[in-house]
Amino acid sequence: MNEEDENLKVREFTLSVLTEDKSGLLNLLTIIFTRRNLNISSLNVSNSEVRGVSRFTIVTQTSKDMVGKVVKQIRKLVDVLGAFVYEEDQIFYQEIALYKVPTQAFLEGNRIEDLVRNSGARILVIEKDHIIIEKTGHSNETHELYKKLEPFGLLEFVRSGRVAISKSKRKTEAYIKELEASESNKLSIKDF
Amino acid sequence: MNEMNTATLEFEKKISAKAAKISGSEALLLCLIAEGVDTIFGYPGGAIMPIYDALYKYKDRLTHILTRHEQGAVHAAQGMARVTGKVGVCFATSGPGATNLITGIADAQIDSTPLVCITGQVPSHLLGTDAFQETDVMGISMPITKWNYQVTKAEEIPFALARAFYIASTGRPGPVLIDITKDAQFAEFDFEYQKCERIRSYHPYPELSLDKLKEAAQIINDAKKPFILVGQGVQLSGAEQELIQFAEKTGIPMASTLLGLSAVPTNHPLYVGYLGMHGNYGPNIKTNECDVLIAIGMRFDDRVTGDLKLYARQAKVIHIEIDPSEIDKNVKATVAINTDAKAALKGLISMVDQGNHAAWIAEFHACDVIENDKVIQAETFPDSGEIKMAEVIRRISELTSGEAILVTDVGQHQMVANRYYKFQKTLSCITSGGLGTMGFALPAAMGAKTGRPDRTVIAVIGDGGFQMTIQELGTIRQSNIGVKILILNNNFLGMVRQWQQLFFEKRYSFTELDNPDFQLITQGYRIPTQKVSNREYLDKALEDWLSTDGPALLEVVVEQEENVFPMVPSGASVSDIRLE
Repeated sequence: MNEEDENLKVREFTLSVLTEDKSGLLNLLTIIFTRRNLNISSLNVSNSEVRGVSRFTIVTQTSKDMVGKVVKQIRKLVDVLGAFVYEEDQIFYQEIALYKVPTQAFLEGNRIEDLVRNSGARILVIEKDHIIIEKTGHSNETHELYKKLEPFGLLEFVRSGRVAISKSKRKTEAYIKELEASESNKLSIKDF
Repeated sequence: MNEMNTATLEFEKKISAKAAKISGSEALLLCLIAEGVDTIFGYPGGAIMPIYDALYKYKDRLTHILTRHEQGAVHAAQGMARVTGKVGVCFATSGPGATNLITGIADAQIDSTPLVCITGQVPSHLLGTDAFQETDVMGISMPITKWNYQVTKAEEIPFALARAFYIASTGRPGPVLIDITKDAQFAEFDFEYQKCERIRSYHPYPELSLDKLKEAAQIINDAKKPFILVGQGVQLSGAEQELIQFAEKTGIPMASTLLGLSAVPTNHPLYVGYLGMHGNYGPNIKTNECDVLIAIGMRFDDRVTGDLKLYARQAKVIHIEIDPSEIDKNVKATVAINTDAKAALKGLISMVDQGNHAAWIAEFHACDVIENDKVIQAETFPDSGEIKMAEVIRRISELTSGEAILVTDVGQHQMVANRYYKFQKTLSCITSGGLGTMGFALPAAMGAKTGRPDRTVIAVIGDGGFQMTIQELGTIRQSNIGVKILILNNNFLGMVRQWQQLFFEKRYSFTELDNPDFQLITQGYRIPTQKVSNREYLDKALEDWLSTDGPALLEVVVEQEENVFPMVPSGASVSDIRLE
């Protein structure tokens, strides 16, 4: 595959966006995707390790060419501190899933208990009429458990957005200090 | 002591004093004064009344021009910003007042015009309740502003305004909207103002890379057929002199985009014309023959490039552009210099060799001969038939020595005016480029004339666009704004009709206009007006119109089914430019 085709091939990208903790940012970010008719398949917002700085983790399916343009437009937003694009091999990531099954299912032998244990899941709550199971993993793993629990009569299922941490050595705090010290706040025209 | 001195003293006191308790409304006006604003275009209404009340007190420090529609206010602020290089300011009330600004804000965003738009908003306790004249202007304006902010407490006003002016005017300029709830306008607080100089998440001037400059200089020095494309960035960064120095040293021909027009005087020996869909023949053809394309402060709009797959594929592209998101967006750069045009050109001038490309420039001139024979001569010097738009513009250009500010609306007349007006001074081509907003010219010309009262300001408008903001004749009369208004009347939405003729088998679907008597309307607004439809009287009419003191309108009835050529059909290659 040549470089041009490679750049146009649709695949999954994870964007990590550092922003000031301000209202309206989610809207500003999603506008950039909707303008280009792109779908966001997963979204998570949390605080970062730096006070007052939020981290958006966005997963989208598109081409490298398109994600490059999108991330530049994200960086252009005034309250965005930084935006980074990762492919699957550049990050560690997880999602969390919760499953609600009828307690009755547990009373019928050990099958479900074994299933939970063997799937690396755990039981969060046991109530008279239902049990809540939690599993952390990639979406194919949480989906696998979903498939297995389905025959027992799943009452409710929910999965979180992806959270990802990059393998890069960059430190957020140092990165922000760099931004704060940057001279790009004003125009300087050098004489050569 | 007269009223003016009292207000001045009061102002100095408030600006300097550490703690002076004033209302949010008054604070807003003091912020504007501190930012060097002298003129505001606006329209009052319920949610912005406290600000208008404060304005009454500051009448001597701030000129407010009452437009007839909020769209007029925002376009006027754009016109003023474009000719002065300063931030344009407009006021509107909440709800419909704010939504009426939207077209102008979108226009300013796509054409990189610095604006601060202030909208009133319902009191904060009513936000989100569908209160009278409440609109989510924050949500609506998000995609079309460089930044927006809602003020719900008076204390936030200095912070918001300082940021607004810094963001609007730095880097690639753009519009900012500040929405202020009515309670924040009323509330009193200890006012103190400090200009914004830095926002840690905003980096408007990317650092100039010496390596990239060297790389670009090398490519330029090795080039056989280099070609400069001049974008609006040249004027926005005040790099006109540097551009000319760079071109003269290297001997490279230069052509301009629509918004880049007037940066270079049209009679400069290295200036070869205007690019794009209705641009000149040579610059379009030669784009696909040059070996190095040097694009300065432009974004490769589709009206410039035509089919990107067939655009300058043979050339190395040097892209000088301050906005990183424009680099590699449409055309992949061989070398991208992501910085201010002036800073980049200053660097390049010292690194490039003295050059001469006479044979290459002669190729452009050979194209000019073809274009002249096929199009220009017949358009600008017709000897029979009805008046043509191009001859009117050619004559105005001669009468004003190319020194006027030309504000154009959108359509055929816009393309003709910008093709045939021989711009001699920078910041003189004011038009709605990216958005193509009909109705732009009349109010934008009011702003341009207000910003540059020393210069002749001509608004060239079609009969369609004129009726979109015709009410601003009222503003022109009331504020006695001396714009010269030219209506090129063909009783058609001419550009759409041209496309219908060429691409839709002459099916003239809803493009013919049964126009009112523009003379009667203009007389109703008490503005001197004349109409001419006979070539014999054209010259005299133009002279009378241009020499009128104050505002004046001239309606010229032009050939009804005239087409603008050359033309790069939509989606075609620039090489496929048609001359007929």
